[in-house]
Amino acid sequence: MTLTGQTSTRKWLYWGSHYLMIAAFVIFALFPLYWLLKVSVTPNDILYTEGVRMWPSRTTWENYTFVLTQSNFPHYFLNSVIVAGTTAIVTTLVAALTGYAFSRFAFRGKVIIVALMLITQMFPLVMLIAPIFKILAPLGLTDSLTGLIIVYTAFNVPFATFLMQSFFDGIPKDLEEAAMIDGNTRFEAFRAIILPLTLPGVAATLGFVFTAAWSELLFALMLVSSESASTFPVGLLSFVSKFSVDFGQMMAAGVLALIPACLFFLLIQRYLVQGLTAGAVKG
Amino acid sequence: MTTVTQTGKLPVERRGGFSRKISGIIEPYLYVSPALVLIIAVMLMPLILGLSYAFRDIRILNPFSGGFVGTAHFEALISDQAFLGALANTAWWTFGSLLFQFSLGLILALLLNRQFLGRRLVQALVFLPWAVPTFLSGLNWAWMFNPVVGPLPHWMTSLGLMAEPFNILSDPDLAMWGPIIANIWFGIPFFAITMLAALQSIPKELYEAASIDGATTRQQFISITLPFLAPTIAITLMLRTIWIANFADLIVVMTNGGPADSTQIVASYIFTQAFRRLDFGYASAIAAVLLVLLLAYALSVIALRRAMTHADS
Repeated sequence: MTLTGQTSTRKWLYWGSHYLMIAAFVIFALFPLYWLLKVSVTPNDILYTEGVRMWPSRTTWENYTFVLTQSNFPHYFLNSVIVAGTTAIVTTLVAALTGYAFSRFAFRGKVIIVALMLITQMFPLVMLIAPIFKILAPLGLTDSLTGLIIVYTAFNVPFATFLMQSFFDGIPKDLEEAAMIDGNTRFEAFRAIILPLTLPGVAATLGFVFTAAWSELLFALMLVSSESASTFPVGLLSFVSKFSVDFGQMMAAGVLALIPACLFFLLIQRYLVQGLTAGAVKG
Repeated sequence: MTTVTQTGKLPVERRGGFSRKISGIIEPYLYVSPALVLIIAVMLMPLILGLSYAFRDIRILNPFSGGFVGTAHFEALISDQAFLGALANTAWWTFGSLLFQFSLGLILALLLNRQFLGRRLVQALVFLPWAVPTFLSGLNWAWMFNPVVGPLPHWMTSLGLMAEPFNILSDPDLAMWGPIIANIWFGIPFFAITMLAALQSIPKELYEAASIDGATTRQQFISITLPFLAPTIAITLMLRTIWIANFADLIVVMTNGGPADSTQIVASYIFTQAFRRLDFGYASAIAAVLLVLLLAYALSVIALRRAMTHADS
Protein backbone atom coordinates (compact mmCIF):
# COMPACT_ATOMS: atom_id res chain seq x y z
CA MET A 1 0.00 0.00 0.00
CA THR A 2 2.67 2.47 0.99
CA LEU A 3 4.68 1.44 -2.03
CA THR A 4 1.92 2.27 -4.53
CA GLY A 5 1.23 5.41 -2.54
CA GLN A 6 4.84 6.40 -2.92
CA THR A 7 4.97 5.71 -6.64
CA SER A 8 1.80 7.66 -7.30
CA THR A 9 3.17 10.60 -5.31
CA ARG A 10 6.37 10.41 -7.29
CA LYS A 11 4.42 10.19 -10.52
CA TRP A 12 2.36 13.17 -9.48
CA LEU A 13 5.49 15.10 -8.62
CA TYR A 14 7.06 14.13 -11.93
CA TRP A 15 4.15 15.30 -14.04
CA GLY A 16 3.65 18.35 -11.87
CA SER A 17 7.19 19.53 -12.46
CA HIS A 18 6.93 18.49 -16.12
CA TYR A 19 3.93 20.76 -16.70
CA LEU A 20 5.49 23.50 -14.62
CA MET A 21 8.62 23.55 -16.78
CA ILE A 22 6.55 23.39 -19.95
CA ALA A 23 4.52 26.36 -18.71
CA ALA A 24 7.73 28.30 -18.04
CA PHE A 25 8.94 27.68 -21.60
CA VAL A 26 5.58 28.69 -23.09
CA ILE A 27 5.50 31.91 -21.07
CA PHE A 28 9.08 32.77 -21.99
CA ALA A 29 8.34 32.17 -25.67
CA LEU A 30 5.08 34.11 -25.81
CA PHE A 31 5.41 36.92 -23.31
CA PRO A 32 7.44 39.36 -25.47
CA LEU A 33 4.99 38.89 -28.33
CA TYR A 34 2.07 39.37 -25.97
CA TRP A 35 3.64 42.60 -24.75
CA LEU A 36 4.09 43.80 -28.32
CA LEU A 37 0.38 43.27 -28.91
CA LYS A 38 -0.54 44.90 -25.61
CA VAL A 39 1.38 48.11 -26.18
CA SER A 40 0.12 48.30 -29.78
CA VAL A 41 -3.48 48.58 -28.54
CA THR A 42 -2.75 50.87 -25.59
CA PRO A 43 -3.83 54.51 -26.08
CA ASN A 44 -0.91 56.91 -25.92
CA ASP A 45 -2.20 58.97 -23.01
CA ILE A 46 -2.28 56.03 -20.59
CA LEU A 47 0.81 54.23 -21.88
CA TYR A 48 3.16 55.83 -19.38
CA THR A 49 0.84 55.91 -16.40
CA GLU A 50 -0.10 52.25 -16.73
CA GLY A 51 3.44 51.07 -17.39
CA VAL A 52 3.53 47.48 -16.21
CA ARG A 53 -0.17 46.60 -16.13
CA MET A 54 -0.85 43.29 -17.83
CA TRP A 55 -3.73 44.77 -19.85
CA PRO A 56 -4.60 48.45 -20.35
CA SER A 57 -7.82 49.83 -18.89
CA ARG A 58 -8.82 51.07 -22.34
CA THR A 59 -7.81 49.75 -25.74
CA THR A 60 -7.62 51.45 -29.11
CA TRP A 61 -7.00 50.73 -32.77
CA GLU A 62 -5.70 54.22 -33.48
CA ASN A 63 -2.07 53.08 -33.64
CA TYR A 64 -3.01 50.63 -36.37
CA THR A 65 -5.08 53.13 -38.30
CA PHE A 66 -2.23 55.61 -38.11
CA VAL A 67 0.32 53.08 -39.33
CA LEU A 68 -1.95 51.88 -42.13
CA THR A 69 -3.15 55.27 -43.37
CA GLN A 70 -0.70 58.00 -42.32
CA SER A 71 2.66 56.30 -42.68
CA ASN A 72 4.78 54.68 -45.36
CA PHE A 73 4.39 51.24 -43.85
CA PRO A 74 1.88 49.91 -46.40
CA HIS A 75 4.46 50.81 -49.05
CA TYR A 76 7.30 49.10 -47.14
CA PHE A 77 5.05 46.11 -46.62
CA LEU A 78 4.36 45.90 -50.36
CA ASN A 79 8.09 46.22 -51.15
CA SER A 80 8.87 43.41 -48.74
CA VAL A 81 6.12 41.21 -50.20
CA ILE A 82 7.55 41.79 -53.70
CA VAL A 83 11.13 41.12 -52.63
CA ALA A 84 10.42 38.13 -50.39
CA GLY A 85 7.84 36.64 -52.76
CA THR A 86 10.00 36.89 -55.87
CA THR A 87 13.04 35.65 -53.98
CA ALA A 88 11.09 32.67 -52.68
CA ILE A 89 9.78 31.68 -56.11
CA VAL A 90 13.08 32.09 -57.99
CA THR A 91 15.11 30.43 -55.24
CA THR A 92 12.77 27.46 -55.06
CA LEU A 93 12.91 26.97 -58.84
CA VAL A 94 16.69 27.11 -58.92
CA ALA A 95 16.99 24.96 -55.81
CA ALA A 96 14.56 22.36 -57.16
CA LEU A 97 16.71 21.91 -60.28
CA THR A 98 19.96 21.70 -58.33
CA GLY A 99 18.50 19.57 -55.55
CA TYR A 100 17.16 17.17 -58.18
CA ALA A 101 20.58 16.93 -59.82
CA PHE A 102 22.22 16.27 -56.44
CA SER A 103 19.65 13.60 -55.70
CA ARG A 104 19.65 11.76 -59.04
CA PHE A 105 22.93 12.26 -60.92
CA ALA A 106 26.48 11.26 -60.26
CA PHE A 107 28.66 13.70 -62.18
CA ARG A 108 32.16 15.04 -62.27
CA GLY A 109 32.65 17.98 -59.91
CA LYS A 110 29.57 17.19 -57.82
CA VAL A 111 31.59 16.87 -54.61
CA ILE A 112 33.21 20.24 -55.24
CA ILE A 113 29.88 21.94 -55.90
CA VAL A 114 28.31 20.42 -52.77
CA ALA A 115 31.34 21.48 -50.72
CA LEU A 116 31.14 25.00 -52.16
CA MET A 117 27.50 25.24 -51.14
CA LEU A 118 28.23 23.94 -47.65
CA ILE A 119 30.99 26.50 -47.18
CA THR A 120 28.65 29.35 -48.17
CA GLN A 121 26.53 28.35 -45.17
CA MET A 122 29.43 28.91 -42.82
CA PHE A 123 31.24 32.05 -43.78
CA PRO A 124 30.20 35.46 -42.51
CA LEU A 125 27.85 36.99 -45.08
CA VAL A 126 28.39 40.38 -43.46
CA MET A 127 31.85 40.45 -45.03
CA LEU A 128 30.23 40.55 -48.48
CA ILE A 129 28.36 43.77 -47.75
CA ALA A 130 31.07 46.11 -49.03
CA PRO A 131 32.08 44.21 -52.20
CA ILE A 132 28.48 43.50 -53.19
CA PHE A 133 27.69 47.20 -52.85
CA LYS A 134 30.67 48.03 -55.08
CA ILE A 135 29.62 45.46 -57.69
CA LEU A 136 25.95 46.44 -57.75
CA ALA A 137 26.40 50.24 -57.71
CA PRO A 138 27.71 50.65 -61.30
CA LEU A 139 25.01 48.25 -62.53
CA GLY A 140 22.31 50.49 -61.10
CA LEU A 141 21.21 47.69 -58.80
CA THR A 142 21.70 49.50 -55.52
CA ASP A 143 18.62 51.17 -54.14
CA SER A 144 16.51 48.81 -56.22
CA LEU A 145 14.30 45.88 -55.35
CA THR A 146 15.83 43.85 -58.18
CA GLY A 147 19.27 44.11 -56.60
CA LEU A 148 17.93 42.87 -53.30
CA ILE A 149 16.13 39.97 -54.99
CA ILE A 150 19.30 38.85 -56.78
CA VAL A 151 21.37 38.99 -53.60
CA TYR A 152 18.77 37.21 -51.45
CA THR A 153 18.24 34.53 -54.09
CA ALA A 154 21.92 33.70 -54.18
CA PHE A 155 22.17 33.63 -50.38
CA ASN A 156 19.25 31.27 -50.01
CA VAL A 157 19.92 28.88 -52.88
CA PRO A 158 22.40 26.61 -51.03
CA PHE A 159 20.16 25.94 -48.06
CA ALA A 160 17.06 25.59 -50.23
CA THR A 161 18.95 23.15 -52.45
CA PHE A 162 19.79 20.86 -49.57
CA LEU A 163 16.22 21.06 -48.38
CA MET A 164 14.83 20.16 -51.82
CA GLN A 165 17.38 17.40 -52.20
CA SER A 166 16.18 15.78 -48.97
CA PHE A 167 12.65 15.75 -50.37
CA PHE A 168 13.74 14.28 -53.73
CA ASP A 169 15.74 11.62 -51.91
CA GLY A 170 12.49 10.42 -50.39
CA ILE A 171 10.95 9.67 -53.80
CA PRO A 172 11.81 6.36 -55.49
CA LYS A 173 13.82 6.59 -58.70
CA ASP A 174 11.60 4.00 -60.42
CA LEU A 175 8.95 6.65 -61.03
CA GLU A 176 10.83 8.79 -63.52
CA GLU A 177 12.68 5.79 -64.91
CA ALA A 178 9.30 4.30 -65.88
CA ALA A 179 8.33 7.57 -67.55
CA MET A 180 11.65 7.70 -69.40
CA ILE A 181 11.16 4.17 -70.70
CA ASP A 182 7.83 5.40 -72.03
CA GLY A 183 9.84 7.84 -74.14
CA ASN A 184 9.76 11.02 -72.09
CA THR A 185 12.86 13.05 -71.43
CA ARG A 186 14.11 13.24 -67.91
CA PHE A 187 13.13 16.87 -67.64
CA GLU A 188 9.56 16.07 -68.64
CA ALA A 189 9.45 13.34 -66.04
CA PHE A 190 10.91 15.71 -63.46
CA ARG A 191 8.40 18.42 -64.21
CA ALA A 192 5.28 16.31 -64.56
CA ILE A 193 5.84 13.49 -62.06
CA ILE A 194 8.51 14.27 -59.51
CA LEU A 195 7.81 17.95 -58.84
CA PRO A 196 4.08 17.43 -58.10
CA LEU A 197 5.02 14.69 -55.64
CA THR A 198 7.32 17.05 -53.77
CA LEU A 199 4.74 19.84 -53.49
CA PRO A 200 4.87 19.76 -49.67
CA GLY A 201 8.63 20.15 -49.93
CA VAL A 202 8.22 22.98 -52.42
CA ALA A 203 5.81 24.70 -50.04
CA ALA A 204 8.19 24.33 -47.12
CA THR A 205 11.09 25.69 -49.17
CA LEU A 206 9.00 28.64 -50.36
CA GLY A 207 8.08 29.36 -46.76
CA PHE A 208 11.64 29.18 -45.50
CA VAL A 209 13.05 31.42 -48.18
CA PHE A 210 10.18 33.89 -47.91
CA THR A 211 10.76 34.25 -44.18
CA ALA A 212 14.51 34.57 -44.55
CA ALA A 213 14.12 37.30 -47.18
CA TRP A 214 11.40 39.00 -45.16
CA SER A 215 13.67 39.17 -42.11
CA GLU A 216 16.89 40.25 -43.79
CA LEU A 217 18.10 43.57 -42.46
CA LEU A 218 21.81 44.32 -42.91
CA PHE A 219 22.03 44.06 -46.70
CA ALA A 220 18.77 45.94 -47.09
CA LEU A 221 20.15 48.74 -44.91
CA MET A 222 23.35 48.91 -46.94
CA LEU A 223 21.89 48.55 -50.44
CA VAL A 224 18.74 50.64 -50.08
CA SER A 225 18.88 54.37 -49.43
CA SER A 226 15.56 55.77 -50.61
CA GLU A 227 12.15 55.54 -48.99
CA SER A 228 10.64 54.16 -52.18
CA ALA A 229 12.82 51.03 -52.19
CA SER A 230 12.80 50.44 -48.44
CA THR A 231 11.75 47.04 -47.22
CA PHE A 232 9.81 46.58 -44.02
CA PRO A 233 12.82 46.08 -41.70
CA VAL A 234 14.55 49.17 -43.09
CA GLY A 235 11.36 51.23 -42.81
CA LEU A 236 10.69 50.08 -39.27
CA LEU A 237 14.22 50.82 -38.15
CA SER A 238 14.27 54.30 -39.65
CA PHE A 239 10.87 54.93 -38.08
CA VAL A 240 12.26 53.82 -34.71
CA SER A 241 15.26 56.13 -34.96
CA LYS A 242 13.14 59.09 -36.08
CA PHE A 243 10.04 58.84 -33.89
CA SER A 244 11.34 56.86 -30.96
CA VAL A 245 8.64 58.07 -28.60
CA ASP A 246 5.64 56.73 -30.52
CA PHE A 247 5.85 53.30 -28.96
CA GLY A 248 2.28 52.36 -29.77
CA GLN A 249 2.77 53.06 -33.48
CA MET A 250 6.12 51.28 -33.60
CA MET A 251 4.66 48.22 -31.99
CA ALA A 252 1.60 48.26 -34.24
CA ALA A 253 4.02 48.24 -37.18
CA GLY A 254 5.91 45.41 -35.47
CA VAL A 255 2.74 43.35 -35.24
CA LEU A 256 2.22 43.87 -38.98
CA ALA A 257 5.73 42.54 -39.63
CA LEU A 258 4.83 39.48 -37.62
CA ILE A 259 1.89 38.48 -39.82
CA PRO A 260 3.77 36.85 -42.73
CA ALA A 261 6.06 35.07 -40.29
CA CYS A 262 3.11 33.57 -38.45
CA LEU A 263 1.45 32.50 -41.70
CA PHE A 264 4.64 30.78 -42.74
CA PHE A 265 4.91 29.14 -39.37
CA LEU A 266 1.42 27.66 -39.68
CA LEU A 267 2.38 26.38 -43.10
CA ILE A 268 5.50 24.50 -42.10
CA GLN A 269 4.52 23.62 -38.52
CA ARG A 270 3.88 19.96 -39.31
CA TYR A 271 7.22 19.47 -41.05
CA LEU A 272 9.16 21.02 -38.24
CA VAL A 273 10.43 17.95 -36.49
CA GLN A 274 9.64 15.09 -38.82
CA GLY A 275 11.65 15.23 -41.99
CA LEU A 276 13.30 18.52 -41.20
CA THR A 277 16.33 17.20 -39.43
CA ALA A 278 18.49 18.12 -42.38
CA GLY A 279 16.75 21.40 -42.98
CA ALA A 280 16.99 22.70 -39.43
CA VAL A 281 20.74 23.17 -39.62
CA LYS A 282 20.50 26.76 -40.73
CA GLY A 283 17.94 28.24 -38.40
CA MET B 1 0.67 11.98 -65.12
CA THR B 2 -1.72 12.43 -68.03
CA THR B 3 0.18 15.39 -69.42
CA VAL B 4 3.26 13.26 -69.82
CA THR B 5 1.59 10.53 -71.80
CA GLN B 6 -0.23 13.05 -73.96
CA THR B 7 2.44 15.57 -74.76
CA GLY B 8 5.75 13.93 -74.18
CA LYS B 9 5.49 10.57 -75.87
CA LEU B 10 8.39 10.40 -78.25
CA PRO B 11 9.93 7.35 -79.89
CA VAL B 12 12.81 6.04 -77.82
CA GLU B 13 14.99 5.50 -80.87
CA ARG B 14 15.15 9.20 -81.69
CA ARG B 15 17.24 9.85 -78.62
CA GLY B 16 19.66 7.04 -79.15
CA GLY B 17 23.33 6.98 -80.05
CA PHE B 18 26.00 9.60 -79.73
CA SER B 19 23.89 12.69 -79.11
CA ARG B 20 22.10 10.89 -76.30
CA LYS B 21 25.40 10.11 -74.68
CA ILE B 22 26.54 13.73 -74.93
CA SER B 23 23.30 15.10 -73.53
CA GLY B 24 23.53 12.55 -70.74
CA ILE B 25 26.89 14.01 -69.74
CA ILE B 26 25.79 17.63 -70.05
CA GLU B 27 22.38 17.19 -68.43
CA PRO B 28 23.42 17.36 -64.75
CA TYR B 29 25.31 20.59 -65.39
CA LEU B 30 22.25 22.17 -66.97
CA TYR B 31 20.32 21.53 -63.78
CA VAL B 32 23.10 22.85 -61.57
CA SER B 33 24.19 25.86 -63.64
CA PRO B 34 21.66 28.50 -62.49
CA ALA B 35 22.58 27.92 -58.86
CA LEU B 36 26.26 27.80 -59.65
CA VAL B 37 26.19 31.05 -61.63
CA LEU B 38 24.36 32.82 -58.80
CA ILE B 39 26.69 31.55 -56.10
CA ILE B 40 29.82 32.41 -58.06
CA ALA B 41 28.58 35.86 -59.05
CA VAL B 42 27.02 36.95 -55.77
CA MET B 43 29.12 35.10 -53.19
CA LEU B 44 32.42 33.81 -54.50
CA MET B 45 33.39 36.83 -56.60
CA PRO B 46 32.55 39.37 -53.88
CA LEU B 47 34.43 37.21 -51.38
CA ILE B 48 37.61 37.36 -53.46
CA LEU B 49 37.05 41.04 -54.24
CA GLY B 50 36.52 41.70 -50.53
CA LEU B 51 39.78 40.01 -49.65
CA SER B 52 41.55 42.29 -52.12
CA TYR B 53 39.86 45.36 -50.54
CA ALA B 54 41.56 44.42 -47.28
CA PHE B 55 44.83 45.63 -48.85
CA ARG B 56 43.37 48.71 -50.50
CA ASP B 57 42.16 52.12 -49.40
CA ILE B 58 38.50 52.11 -50.35
CA ARG B 59 36.31 54.80 -48.86
CA ILE B 60 33.08 55.52 -50.66
CA LEU B 61 33.03 59.19 -49.70
CA ASN B 62 36.59 59.76 -50.91
CA PRO B 63 36.82 59.70 -54.73
CA PHE B 64 40.65 59.64 -54.58
CA SER B 65 40.78 56.42 -52.61
CA GLY B 66 41.34 53.05 -54.26
CA GLY B 67 45.11 52.59 -54.14
CA PHE B 68 46.93 49.70 -52.54
CA VAL B 69 48.02 50.24 -48.97
CA GLY B 70 49.67 46.89 -48.30
CA THR B 71 49.13 45.69 -44.77
CA ALA B 72 48.34 49.13 -43.36
CA HIS B 73 44.79 48.13 -42.38
CA PHE B 74 46.03 45.11 -40.47
CA GLU B 75 48.66 47.17 -38.69
CA ALA B 76 45.93 49.62 -37.68
CA LEU B 77 43.78 46.73 -36.46
CA ILE B 78 46.39 45.55 -33.96
CA SER B 79 46.22 48.84 -32.10
CA ASP B 80 42.48 49.41 -32.63
CA GLN B 81 41.01 49.14 -29.11
CA ALA B 82 37.48 48.84 -30.48
CA PHE B 83 38.52 45.85 -32.57
CA LEU B 84 40.35 44.13 -29.71
CA GLY B 85 37.33 44.69 -27.50
CA ALA B 86 35.11 43.29 -30.27
CA LEU B 87 37.17 40.10 -30.32
CA ALA B 88 36.60 39.55 -26.61
CA ASN B 89 32.94 40.53 -26.95
CA THR B 90 32.49 38.02 -29.77
CA ALA B 91 33.68 35.18 -27.53
CA TRP B 92 31.41 36.33 -24.70
CA TRP B 93 28.42 36.83 -26.99
CA THR B 94 28.90 33.49 -28.75
CA PHE B 95 29.48 31.23 -25.77
CA GLY B 96 27.03 33.06 -23.50
CA SER B 97 24.26 32.64 -26.08
CA LEU B 98 25.26 29.13 -27.03
CA LEU B 99 25.41 27.75 -23.48
CA PHE B 100 21.85 28.82 -22.65
CA GLN B 101 20.38 28.11 -26.08
CA PHE B 102 21.77 24.61 -26.00
CA SER B 103 20.97 23.63 -22.41
CA LEU B 104 17.47 25.12 -22.45
CA GLY B 105 16.85 23.72 -25.95
CA LEU B 106 17.88 20.24 -24.82
CA ILE B 107 15.63 20.43 -21.74
CA LEU B 108 12.73 21.57 -23.92
CA ALA B 109 13.33 18.71 -26.36
CA LEU B 110 13.36 16.17 -23.53
CA LEU B 111 10.11 17.62 -22.17
CA LEU B 112 8.47 17.48 -25.59
CA ASN B 113 9.70 13.96 -26.25
CA ARG B 114 7.05 12.65 -23.79
CA GLN B 115 3.43 12.14 -24.74
CA PHE B 116 1.19 14.49 -22.78
CA LEU B 117 -2.06 16.34 -23.14
CA GLY B 118 -1.73 19.37 -25.41
CA ARG B 119 1.73 18.46 -26.65
CA ARG B 120 1.13 19.54 -30.26
CA LEU B 121 -0.17 22.93 -29.20
CA VAL B 122 2.70 23.47 -26.76
CA GLN B 123 5.19 22.51 -29.46
CA ALA B 124 3.71 25.06 -31.86
CA LEU B 125 3.78 27.80 -29.21
CA VAL B 126 7.32 27.29 -27.95
CA PHE B 127 8.73 27.10 -31.49
CA LEU B 128 7.08 30.38 -32.51
CA PRO B 129 10.04 32.71 -31.62
CA TRP B 130 12.06 30.95 -34.29
CA ALA B 131 9.67 32.26 -36.98
CA VAL B 132 9.75 35.86 -35.71
CA PRO B 133 11.88 38.04 -38.01
CA THR B 134 15.18 38.79 -36.28
CA PHE B 135 14.90 42.58 -36.58
CA LEU B 136 11.56 42.36 -34.81
CA SER B 137 12.94 40.08 -32.08
CA GLY B 138 15.68 42.65 -31.51
CA LEU B 139 13.30 45.61 -31.38
CA ASN B 140 10.82 43.69 -29.26
CA TRP B 141 13.46 42.85 -26.65
CA ALA B 142 14.88 46.36 -26.75
CA TRP B 143 11.40 47.56 -25.84
CA MET B 144 11.10 44.94 -23.10
CA PHE B 145 14.26 46.34 -21.50
CA ASN B 146 13.08 49.93 -21.88
CA PRO B 147 11.82 51.27 -18.53
CA VAL B 148 9.30 53.51 -20.29
CA VAL B 149 7.26 50.76 -21.94
CA GLY B 150 8.90 47.48 -20.92
CA PRO B 151 8.11 45.50 -17.79
CA LEU B 152 11.55 43.98 -17.20
CA PRO B 153 13.29 46.91 -15.41
CA HIS B 154 10.30 47.26 -13.07
CA TRP B 155 10.27 43.56 -12.28
CA MET B 156 13.97 43.55 -11.59
CA THR B 157 13.53 46.53 -9.28
CA SER B 158 10.77 44.70 -7.40
CA LEU B 159 13.04 41.69 -7.06
CA GLY B 160 15.74 43.91 -5.63
CA LEU B 161 18.11 43.36 -8.54
CA MET B 162 18.02 47.06 -9.43
CA ALA B 163 17.86 50.07 -7.16
CA GLU B 164 15.56 51.84 -9.60
CA PRO B 165 14.27 50.90 -13.08
CA PHE B 166 16.87 51.64 -15.73
CA ASN B 167 17.69 50.31 -19.18
CA ILE B 168 20.43 47.69 -19.03
CA LEU B 169 21.10 48.36 -22.71
CA SER B 170 22.59 51.73 -21.80
CA ASP B 171 24.86 50.33 -19.07
CA PRO B 172 28.23 49.31 -20.58
CA ASP B 173 28.71 46.59 -17.96
CA LEU B 174 25.34 44.94 -18.50
CA ALA B 175 24.40 45.86 -22.05
CA MET B 176 25.63 42.60 -23.61
CA TRP B 177 23.03 40.68 -21.61
CA GLY B 178 20.30 42.36 -23.68
CA PRO B 179 21.22 40.90 -27.07
CA ILE B 180 22.25 37.62 -25.41
CA ILE B 181 18.82 37.18 -23.82
CA ALA B 182 17.13 38.06 -27.12
CA ASN B 183 19.38 35.54 -28.84
CA ILE B 184 18.54 32.84 -26.29
CA TRP B 185 14.85 33.50 -26.83
CA PHE B 186 15.30 33.31 -30.58
CA GLY B 187 17.62 30.28 -30.55
CA ILE B 188 16.06 27.82 -28.09
CA PRO B 189 13.56 26.54 -30.70
CA PHE B 190 16.34 25.75 -33.14
CA PHE B 191 18.14 23.52 -30.65
CA ALA B 192 14.87 22.01 -29.42
CA ILE B 193 13.82 21.12 -32.98
CA THR B 194 17.17 19.55 -33.81
CA MET B 195 17.41 17.65 -30.53
CA LEU B 196 13.80 16.50 -30.69
CA ALA B 197 14.31 15.15 -34.20
CA ALA B 198 17.39 13.27 -32.96
CA LEU B 199 15.54 11.96 -29.88
CA GLN B 200 12.71 10.65 -32.03
CA SER B 201 15.11 8.72 -34.20
CA ILE B 202 16.31 6.62 -31.24
CA PRO B 203 14.76 3.14 -31.58
CA LYS B 204 12.08 2.65 -28.90
CA GLU B 205 13.07 -1.02 -28.47
CA LEU B 206 16.30 0.06 -26.78
CA TYR B 207 14.37 1.69 -23.95
CA GLU B 208 12.00 -1.28 -23.69
CA ALA B 209 14.88 -3.74 -23.47
CA ALA B 210 16.65 -1.54 -20.92
CA SER B 211 13.61 -1.24 -18.65
CA ILE B 212 13.07 -5.03 -18.84
CA ASP B 213 16.65 -5.36 -17.65
CA GLY B 214 15.74 -3.08 -14.76
CA ALA B 215 17.57 0.08 -15.83
CA THR B 216 16.33 3.26 -14.16
CA THR B 217 15.28 6.30 -16.16
CA ARG B 218 18.51 7.98 -15.23
CA GLN B 219 20.61 5.01 -16.35
CA GLN B 220 18.66 4.89 -19.62
CA PHE B 221 19.35 8.57 -20.19
CA ILE B 222 23.07 8.16 -19.62
CA SER B 223 23.64 4.93 -21.54
CA ILE B 224 21.09 5.25 -24.38
CA THR B 225 19.91 8.82 -24.90
CA LEU B 226 23.20 10.67 -24.50
CA PRO B 227 25.34 8.40 -26.72
CA PHE B 228 22.68 8.61 -29.43
CA LEU B 229 22.46 12.38 -29.18
CA ALA B 230 26.21 12.97 -28.98
CA PRO B 231 26.92 13.19 -32.75
CA THR B 232 23.99 15.58 -33.31
CA ILE B 233 25.05 17.68 -30.32
CA ALA B 234 28.64 17.88 -31.56
CA ILE B 235 27.81 18.93 -35.11
CA THR B 236 25.04 21.35 -34.10
CA LEU B 237 27.20 23.06 -31.49
CA MET B 238 30.02 23.53 -33.97
CA LEU B 239 27.78 24.91 -36.72
CA ARG B 240 25.91 27.14 -34.29
CA THR B 241 29.11 28.56 -32.80
CA ILE B 242 30.10 29.84 -36.22
CA TRP B 243 26.59 30.99 -37.02
CA ILE B 244 26.17 32.96 -33.78
CA ALA B 245 29.64 34.50 -34.04
CA ASN B 246 28.56 35.90 -37.43
CA PHE B 247 25.10 36.93 -36.31
CA ALA B 248 25.13 40.72 -36.01
CA ASP B 249 21.45 41.58 -36.59
CA LEU B 250 20.30 41.55 -32.96
CA ILE B 251 23.22 43.67 -31.82
CA VAL B 252 22.86 46.18 -34.66
CA VAL B 253 19.15 46.55 -33.89
CA MET B 254 19.32 46.60 -30.10
CA THR B 255 22.48 48.53 -29.22
CA ASN B 256 24.31 49.33 -32.44
CA GLY B 257 27.44 48.08 -30.69
CA GLY B 258 27.16 50.64 -27.92
CA PRO B 259 27.28 52.01 -25.33
CA ALA B 260 30.98 52.80 -25.80
CA ASP B 261 31.51 49.71 -28.01
CA SER B 262 30.64 47.45 -25.07
CA THR B 263 28.43 45.21 -27.23
CA GLN B 264 30.41 45.50 -30.44
CA ILE B 265 31.22 42.04 -31.85
CA VAL B 266 33.49 41.55 -34.85
CA ALA B 267 30.58 40.99 -37.25
CA SER B 268 28.75 44.15 -36.12
CA TYR B 269 32.04 46.08 -36.25
CA ILE B 270 32.42 45.10 -39.91
CA PHE B 271 28.92 46.33 -40.55
CA THR B 272 29.52 49.59 -38.69
CA GLN B 273 32.71 50.30 -40.65
CA ALA B 274 31.06 49.54 -43.98
CA PHE B 275 27.63 51.04 -43.39
CA ARG B 276 28.23 54.03 -41.13
CA ARG B 277 31.80 55.01 -41.93
CA LEU B 278 31.69 53.74 -45.53
CA ASP B 279 35.28 52.58 -45.09
CA PHE B 280 35.15 49.43 -47.20
CA GLY B 281 38.88 48.78 -47.05
CA TYR B 282 39.05 48.68 -43.28
CA ALA B 283 35.78 46.72 -43.05
CA SER B 284 37.20 44.14 -45.43
CA ALA B 285 40.39 43.82 -43.40
CA ILE B 286 38.33 43.04 -40.28
CA ALA B 287 36.29 40.59 -42.35
CA ALA B 288 39.45 38.83 -43.48
CA VAL B 289 40.57 38.42 -39.87
CA LEU B 290 37.16 37.06 -38.89
CA LEU B 291 37.28 34.59 -41.76
CA VAL B 292 40.71 33.33 -40.70
CA LEU B 293 39.59 32.98 -37.07
CA LEU B 294 36.47 31.03 -38.00
CA LEU B 295 38.45 28.80 -40.31
CA ALA B 296 40.98 28.11 -37.55
CA TYR B 297 38.11 27.31 -35.19
CA ALA B 298 36.45 24.92 -37.65
CA LEU B 299 39.72 23.15 -38.44
CA SER B 300 40.65 22.74 -34.79
CA VAL B 301 37.22 21.31 -33.97
CA ILE B 302 37.53 18.84 -36.85
CA ALA B 303 41.04 17.89 -35.74
CA LEU B 304 39.84 17.46 -32.17
CA ARG B 305 37.00 15.20 -33.27
CA ARG B 306 39.35 13.12 -35.35
CA ALA B 307 41.74 12.76 -32.43
CA MET B 308 38.89 11.71 -30.17
CA THR B 309 37.49 9.10 -32.55
CA HIS B 310 41.00 7.69 -33.00
CA ALA B 311 41.39 7.46 -29.25
CA ASP B 312 38.12 5.55 -29.06
CA SER B 313 39.00 2.90 -31.62
